[in-house]
Amino acid sequence: MSLFLIVALPFFGALLPGIMNSAGRSACFGVTFTVTLSAFVGLLTNLPTVLAGEVVMARVNWMPELGLNFTLMLDGLGFFFAFLILGIGLLIIAYGRQYLSRDDHMGEFFTYLLLFQGAMVGIVLSDNILLLLVFWELTSLASFLLIGYWKHLPEGRQGARMALAVTGMGGLAMIGGMLILGQIVGSYDLSVILQNREAIQADPLYVPALLLILLGCFTKSAQFPFHFWLPHAMAAPTPVSAYLHSATMVKAGIFLMARMWPVLSGTPEWFYIVTTAGLVTMVLGAVIALFKHDLKSLLAFSTVSHLGLITMLLGTGTAFGALAAVFHILNHATFKAALFMSAGIVDHEAHTRDIRRLGGLRHLMPVTFTIATIAALSMAGIPFLNGFLSKEMMLEEAHHTVLFGSHWLVPVMATVGSLFSAAYCFRFIGHTFLGPVRDDYPHKPHDPGAGMWLPPAILVVLVVVIGVAPFLVQDFVFMVTKSVIGEAAELKTKYIKIWHGLVPALYMSIIAVVGGLAMMLVFKPLSKVWETTPRPEAKVIFEAIVEAIVRLAQALTHPLHNGSFTRYAMIGIVAMIAAGYHAWATGTVADPVRELQAAGPVPIAGWAMLVAATGGLVVMHRNRLLALILIGIVGLMVSVGFVYLSAPDLAMTQFTVEVVTIILLLLALNFLPNRTPTESTSLRRVRDAGVAIAAGLATFGLAYHYMLRDTVAASISEYHLANSYKGGGGTNVVNVILVDFRGFDTYGEIIVLGIAALLIYALTETLLGGPVRRRLLNRIPDQARSGDMHPMMMVVLTRVIMPVVLLVGFYIFLRGHNEPGGGFIAGLIVSIAVVMQYMASGFSWASARLKYPYHGVIGAGVLVAGLTGIGSWFVGKPFLTSDFTYVRIPPFHKFELATAALFDLGVFLAVVGAVMLSLESFSRLARRADTEDSVHPMDIDPSRNAAASGSAVDMKEDT
Amino acid sequence: MTIAQGLFDFALIIAMVALAVGQVLCMARLVIGPTTADRILALDTMVINALGLVVALGMHQGVKVYFEVGVLVAMLGFVSTVALARFILRGDIIE
Repeated sequence: MSLFLIVALPFFGALLPGIMNSAGRSACFGVTFTVTLSAFVGLLTNLPTVLAGEVVMARVNWMPELGLNFTLMLDGLGFFFAFLILGIGLLIIAYGRQYLSRDDHMGEFFTYLLLFQGAMVGIVLSDNILLLLVFWELTSLASFLLIGYWKHLPEGRQGARMALAVTGMGGLAMIGGMLILGQIVGSYDLSVILQNREAIQADPLYVPALLLILLGCFTKSAQFPFHFWLPHAMAAPTPVSAYLHSATMVKAGIFLMARMWPVLSGTPEWFYIVTTAGLVTMVLGAVIALFKHDLKSLLAFSTVSHLGLITMLLGTGTAFGALAAVFHILNHATFKAALFMSAGIVDHEAHTRDIRRLGGLRHLMPVTFTIATIAALSMAGIPFLNGFLSKEMMLEEAHHTVLFGSHWLVPVMATVGSLFSAAYCFRFIGHTFLGPVRDDYPHKPHDPGAGMWLPPAILVVLVVVIGVAPFLVQDFVFMVTKSVIGEAAELKTKYIKIWHGLVPALYMSIIAVVGGLAMMLVFKPLSKVWETTPRPEAKVIFEAIVEAIVRLAQALTHPLHNGSFTRYAMIGIVAMIAAGYHAWATGTVADPVRELQAAGPVPIAGWAMLVAATGGLVVMHRNRLLALILIGIVGLMVSVGFVYLSAPDLAMTQFTVEVVTIILLLLALNFLPNRTPTESTSLRRVRDAGVAIAAGLATFGLAYHYMLRDTVAASISEYHLANSYKGGGGTNVVNVILVDFRGFDTYGEIIVLGIAALLIYALTETLLGGPVRRRLLNRIPDQARSGDMHPMMMVVLTRVIMPVVLLVGFYIFLRGHNEPGGGFIAGLIVSIAVVMQYMASGFSWASARLKYPYHGVIGAGVLVAGLTGIGSWFVGKPFLTSDFTYVRIPPFHKFELATAALFDLGVFLAVVGAVMLSLESFSRLARRADTEDSVHPMDIDPSRNAAASGSAVDMKEDT
Repeated sequence: MTIAQGLFDFALIIAMVALAVGQVLCMARLVIGPTTADRILALDTMVINALGLVVALGMHQGVKVYFEVGVLVAMLGFVSTVALARFILRGDIIE
């Protein structure tokens, strides 16, 4: 199967569980399992090629100018990881079906799981490192959703946030590292990068790149000092923990270290950083794990410890180290997933994961006991189980590793780590399953159905098979190791053996196991000592850091952004004046090329009115209604001015916007006092006046300057004028710019418009749902009100004029492409026509006649515009490429059909929806308890009386 | 230039000047008041005068599209007057 399909299947499949959710839990599980199984089988079809040592490649150019291409590569290492991700994924899905309760939304769960799975497969199959980064971030996001799946639990939300913050930060660092790497090599393709070991290691930027990439790997793989997020991620449902922390998420960092091993490893920097971090993590994780009482926490820290072990092995930079690492990845994935699932079974059955409340489960849950014990013993390093083999290899490698000039440091630390590791495994078995049966479990435990224990059982069979007969997987492990080390080193080992003879590693192993058993004997006093020792609590530190960063950000932004609009306006305007002055003072000022024209009496009258209205506004702005009327004059005169200056489309837009603004502001004024109180000091008003006058003079200067001169550079208008008809099929340049040349901008703008309207709606809904509701409903008007709520005159007039207005709107919309008009103006006109009905007959009467909610209209608009844009993909053109043609249907004239008109329809719908939604939200807020809902279109209606008396007549006739 | 054309232009200029004077007078009424209703009426009259100006400009410059601006002003101009009137009568313009 094509590699593209293997990566794409989980992503596309992620849509299915959500859709199938209503079809039942089994259907939901069925599609998820089928999707994963298909990808898994697809992967297996590539096995023969990979075993033959070949690399499967698949390539599609995405953005070649950036070096970002959709290039996939399947070699031994990629196959190995994809196999683990999809194979264990299958078991997890089967397990999750049984684990999730009826209250959990299964479709949502499986959707997240498949998204995550797709992102992981994407990481391990990427050949392009930029593509890999995209998938890397996707795993962070998908794991955030998975860890926080139980949204009602604060631990789940906090754990998810912490995981996202830590891994997201690492991901950012890694982007930097990868970009440096790409710069050094001159290509972002892994297959090229991996060939350039010498060039990379000789480059002065090698160390920064290494540090940044390792930061990404260490955060993802929970290496010290970033290990703290992993245990908190345990708040997730157990299938998630089992999946993320055995085979996938945390192994992504390990994978990347293995992937980059040929080019990054072997230097002292790599060796010291990676080995030390791994060693510290291994010992620290093991020690903490021993004293954890929560089963999943214990396993979480043991995961941290084992990840440290693998990291340390990769850090050694030897071929044998890489072999041991690969083998341990395989073994760890099998036994750890089984252990997590067993812990989940215990939790599911006994309703607690607290190890202090458990014990004696051996008799009650024999099947689970067997599975968990074998897996735990494998983790402890007991012979004839797979954990033993890789642990021996690790100890062997540690024995030969010299760190900081000491021959003893690594072997001793490794032995200590193994000792604690054995100890917590024994504790896991002993304190959960052995001992006497208790009678105070929160819930009487018993073995679950086969659906739940079968997945871990399959893994445990593997644990035993690999442990007894390692030669079965030997070739595979060697093949994977070869693709890890590439040309960088040579693997001398030929076999994976159970018995190596009496070598130091065996003695270290014996010390670890015996020491672990001994530690169990003295566990009680040890635990007491541990409880009393003060330790830094990672979560507290993390939250303190986050809080400090937030405070720092606030300290920086609040002085600038204190919520006072005057301040923003002042800062912005002063900066603009300064920049403009700077440009004028330092730039070249050309000579005037035009003469000033004389103005006639009519323009002067208009100008005088504008000045008078603006001046009046400044003086009288504290009377809010008067200010609104004066603003109305300004708008009106500006519209007339646009006509005078030959811009009729601007005039139309200005005028309709003016009407809508007045309505909106009047709705808002209803909640405000009539006068604005004086709040600022006179000194401050003088300052503001100074700024305002300076800004006015500067604007005047700029306008005067440009009225007499040509612009310095040729303006883009010429291009638009020349290409409007040729390229966009319209003679109205403004409209062609809006829907074609700058269509993408417009698309963004209608989305913003829609979001703003939805926000207004959300805010009013929140207000109406809260304690303000009572105050709003019981408002007493501040002045006498006239009695006629819905006057007949107005109702009749608005009804009569409505079709006319709609017709004009339709006309303006249709011819917008060639003559002034278009979707925006038409949207405003239609909105005004509808608002008139609201004003005439009242909110409830009008909304009762509303067929489609305005949210839907906005959504439909954005959708129509978006689909129009996508439509051009089908003919192989970029998003929003427009096309037009001419058709003639007899007996009509020839007319034009343009895709831009469809886009304009989207603009139209979005404008209508947004305007109406905001107006409607305001009026919803204004309803009062003492005003009745309007049932009839008008309060006094003669026809109603006639109908009433008419029916009275009928009744009389009947009798 | 024919006599008819000259007469037409002359009439147009008179019309525009008259409309402009009307606008200025409306403005004065708006400032004087004294009630809000006076001011709203002044604004409404200004809309009508503006409509006249737009039409006259269209004739003067010979551009047909201006009449469509005129249609819009004529059709929707009353809405803001009604809204303002409703506001002083009822406080709430949509109830």
